Amino acid sequence: MATISALPAPGTAPAPIPFRQILPWAVFGVVLAVVLLYFVGAEQGITSVIAGETVHEFVHDGRHLLGFPCH
Amino acid sequence: MLNARTLLIRGMLVGVVAGIAAFVFAYFFGEGPISDAIAFEEAHAAPLPAGEHEHELVSRGVQSTIGLLTASVVYGIALGGLFAITVAIAAGRIGQLSARATAGLVALAGFVGVALVPFLKYPANPPATGNPDTLGQRTGLYFLMLVIGVAAVIGVVVVARSLQPRLGTWNAAIAATVGAAVVVGIAIALLPSINEVPEGFSPILLWRFRLASLGTQAVTWATLGLLFGYLTERSQRPASAATAQPVAA
Repeated sequence: MATISALPAPGTAPAPIPFRQILPWAVFGVVLAVVLLYFVGAEQGITSVIAGETVHEFVHDGRHLLGFPCH
Repeated sequence: MLNARTLLIRGMLVGVVAGIAAFVFAYFFGEGPISDAIAFEEAHAAPLPAGEHEHELVSRGVQSTIGLLTASVVYGIALGGLFAITVAIAAGRIGQLSARATAGLVALAGFVGVALVPFLKYPANPPATGNPDTLGQRTGLYFLMLVIGVAAVIGVVVVARSLQPRLGTWNAAIAATVGAAVVVGIAIALLPSINEVPEGFSPILLWRFRLASLGTQAVTWATLGLLFGYLTERSQRPASAATAQPVAA
């Protein structure tokens, strides 16, 4: 089977990444993504972390076009 | 060998490019309808109470350029990260698909689950077409539909994988997709509809805006899937070529 390991034909499936290796990066990525999505999609809508409406107004057009409910 | 950290970083960098591509599309196709909707809003706005005057926190010029670009890029980075994690999990676990094909399939699933399914029930609304009093309800229902969409596409993969040994790849994929479509259809039928588009709002304008919104999402996901797939395949090539040469010669 040496040829198989040494010569992966284009289009063959890669070896799966073990879940234990993915987990910490998945947690990090999901937390980061949720924070970013919150500020683009929901901040100063029904909940506010920062007072005022400046964040909402700044990302206003993107929020509408990306489909988030917006005022 | 793929590496989760590399994939996550690549996903977020590709997300920047996807966000810029989405901005270019949204700027040319979405800003027109938004401006027209704001013009409608201002023409039909109730006069402000005496003593108050409207002040713009952020000017339209900033909203439609830097604001839109920032929103698109931040959105792209976030989606790119989630997309890359999904590819890291899916790679090598969906039949014999290559990394590049896996990226394409995950992007298609992401577009359907994150953008298309919520859009079918609660499509994007331009300015002037929402009642601020119902924002809480609309936000809750929108994210519920998003969760249903994501669960549906994950369900398709999980069910198709379990049916594949008995039905074969094609039939298993079709059966799982039909099942998910039925579930999504039931959710669409049961969840409350929201229509707050005011009397006199141009239906053509509404259509143009919604099409631009769906297009922006399509551009985002297409860039993620295709560019990420290309870069991942390219990163695998030098190593495999180096190990392949002695055998080939």
